[in-house]
Amino acid sequence: MIRRAILALALLSAAGAVAQASASAPAVPDNAVVTGNELPANLSAFGFFADGPAQIPAARVTPYRLNTPLWSDGAEKLRFVYIPDGSQAKAEGENLLQLPVGAALIKTFAFQDHGKRRLIETRVLLHRTDGWVALPYLWNAEQTDAKLALAGARVPVVSPAGEAIEYRVPNKNQCKECHGLNGAVIPIGPKARNLSRDWLDRFAAAGMLDAAPAVAHPVPLWEDRAKAGSEAAARGYLEANCAHCHQPGASASNSGLDLRWEQDDPHALGIMKRPVAAGRGAGSLLFDVVPGKPSESILLHRMGSLEGGVAMPELGKATLDHEGLAVVERWIAGL
Amino acid sequence: MSRLALLALTAAGAPAMAATHTVAPGEGGQQRLQEALIVAQPGDEVVLGAGRFVLDDGLSLDVDGVTVRGAGMNATVLDFTGQKDAGEGLLVTSDKVTLRDFAIENPHGDGIKSKGADAIVYQRVRVTWTGGPKETNGAYGLYPVESDGVLIAECEVSGASDAGIYVGQSKAITVRNSVARHNVAGIEIENSRDALVEANYVTGNTGGILVFDLPSLPVMGGGNTIVRSNLVVHNTTPNFAPKGNIVAGVRRGTGVMVMANDGVLVEGNTILDNPTAPVMVVAYPLKFDDKSYNPYPRNVTIGVNQVDAGGTDPQFEGKEQLLAAFGGALPPVLWDGLSQAGTVALRVDPSIKGWSLNLPTQGGGLDAAVKPGPLEAPAPVAGASLTGVGAPAELEARLVP
Repeated sequence: MIRRAILALALLSAAGAVAQASASAPAVPDNAVVTGNELPANLSAFGFFADGPAQIPAARVTPYRLNTPLWSDGAEKLRFVYIPDGSQAKAEGENLLQLPVGAALIKTFAFQDHGKRRLIETRVLLHRTDGWVALPYLWNAEQTDAKLALAGARVPVVSPAGEAIEYRVPNKNQCKECHGLNGAVIPIGPKARNLSRDWLDRFAAAGMLDAAPAVAHPVPLWEDRAKAGSEAAARGYLEANCAHCHQPGASASNSGLDLRWEQDDPHALGIMKRPVAAGRGAGSLLFDVVPGKPSESILLHRMGSLEGGVAMPELGKATLDHEGLAVVERWIAGL
Repeated sequence: MSRLALLALTAAGAPAMAATHTVAPGEGGQQRLQEALIVAQPGDEVVLGAGRFVLDDGLSLDVDGVTVRGAGMNATVLDFTGQKDAGEGLLVTSDKVTLRDFAIENPHGDGIKSKGADAIVYQRVRVTWTGGPKETNGAYGLYPVESDGVLIAECEVSGASDAGIYVGQSKAITVRNSVARHNVAGIEIENSRDALVEANYVTGNTGGILVFDLPSLPVMGGGNTIVRSNLVVHNTTPNFAPKGNIVAGVRRGTGVMVMANDGVLVEGNTILDNPTAPVMVVAYPLKFDDKSYNPYPRNVTIGVNQVDAGGTDPQFEGKEQLLAAFGGALPPVLWDGLSQAGTVALRVDPSIKGWSLNLPTQGGGLDAAVKPGPLEAPAPVAGASLTGVGAPAELEARLVP
């Protein structure tokens, strides 16, 4: 009881300190922690948020969204990019923004719980001198801070579709399964083609980006998928959900399947392509994508499965993405 | 110690600094074991205690130079029966890793996958699907892929619904003194070069030892492979692969099968009771549109092997007529009759008889127009042998008695 009282006092004084600090200067992330060699035990150590529980970002931490995002059991995702003072992201055409050393990407996953937003985990990608480091942080029950969870975790949640699931927080290595390219960890989300024109303009105007790049073929907005055309919607979905593994140099490179937005070779996209090491994941089917025949396409079969060894993606999926399935099904049916 | 200092020591070659991370089975085993695999530094050992680790997620290792060892392949068991996530039991993505003396049971996908993991040693590792051959078993037992330097020794795999030991898109490979039992394919070397498959016991599979090259993959051009001194017997389990897999086409009772490879030597093996064909040499049978792919077997040599009478119960249409034509058993070596113009598909030691399907074209099937007949193949070239085959000596040096 005494211990709890002391804790309460400590919290009060910490809150006071924050209030004082914010009266004088806006909260700013701690560059030494972002770029140092340590793996901080608590998310709050980075200072990415002026108010972590409310997900209010600190100065130079900019929220963003992706036109078509990666689906994770329907989790709400809050994305932020941190650019340290004195540096700038660089545009590489339509591709991934090149973020400077000292930058960070922060993504919080949340589900609704009794009408309130419950933060589950925050993943951070830190651009340190010797490369990117990916770390998962698990929010505590009190929703006051998140703790480093190197080995990942399972958290019971109810998905937006109403399914009670064990939501999987990936372990540190599993981060690399999706973020690995040619042996290095890299960001996968913030590609210029998958960000809005408006956001790119504002990010550049704020001095965080060297120039807003021209994007000839943006990935369509997910909410607009019905009017985007079946190919653009499906290819955008595959780009955001599958291509980080299914491309040369990434973790599913040995499959020979390349689902990137810019890939235009039908065979590389799986059209009449035979699987190589899909094992029983292929089911009884012969080709990844059979034009006009969604039910004969391994791609859709694996997206529609929850069974280990069959389900795709292999990680971060405890429920089916029925809207994603519908989009890919419509594309294959129309081929 | 700071990470920089440790790096400096590692660079200076100070193995005395290596740490041991001991993990015992029991409460929280999943998390403790995964954390040990994450915090290990190059040169460290992760030591698994005896007993059964009950795991519900895949494990992964991404640190170079780590040894993971248990108390024995029957004493330390990683039990994935209740696995909920991941495509394999253990995933290794770092180089110079040694895996030794433990077992993986009932993974939902593959047993151990090592991808882009150069210089890897698997010694006395067992992967078992305990319910026997089933279509619902995972695909591959041991699955090194896109790796340079692979040594698999004294391992055991049974129950894989695709291949027990599968090495793909790799080079400098040895698979030795291992047991592959009750898988669809016992040992499969695919799109790989410089492999030595030696002194293994391959039994109860649908097909025993397969050496394949497939089109449209990042790494092709398989070949320069020796298959020798293996015991390939009684591979009579009906094919239980899900349809669609390339191995779903492997006929029950195939001993050693070579498809679309350049330079393969099969000699000194004991190949008995493989009732479709003790030895089969064929072209890739399907249509393909990859112009860089060569679908034909080239320079395959079947040397002196101990084989029985041959295919007594071949899984072919019209087998009655075939058996009658050949006097009750099909000769031991089956060739589909296809070769690349200007090259020799295969040479066979005169001590072994063969037959040919005499297929007219690649991609064509067995039909009424096909007229099988005795195989006329040249004898092996004296003194010619494959060189540069097998895992590097540095990997052999990591084996322990």
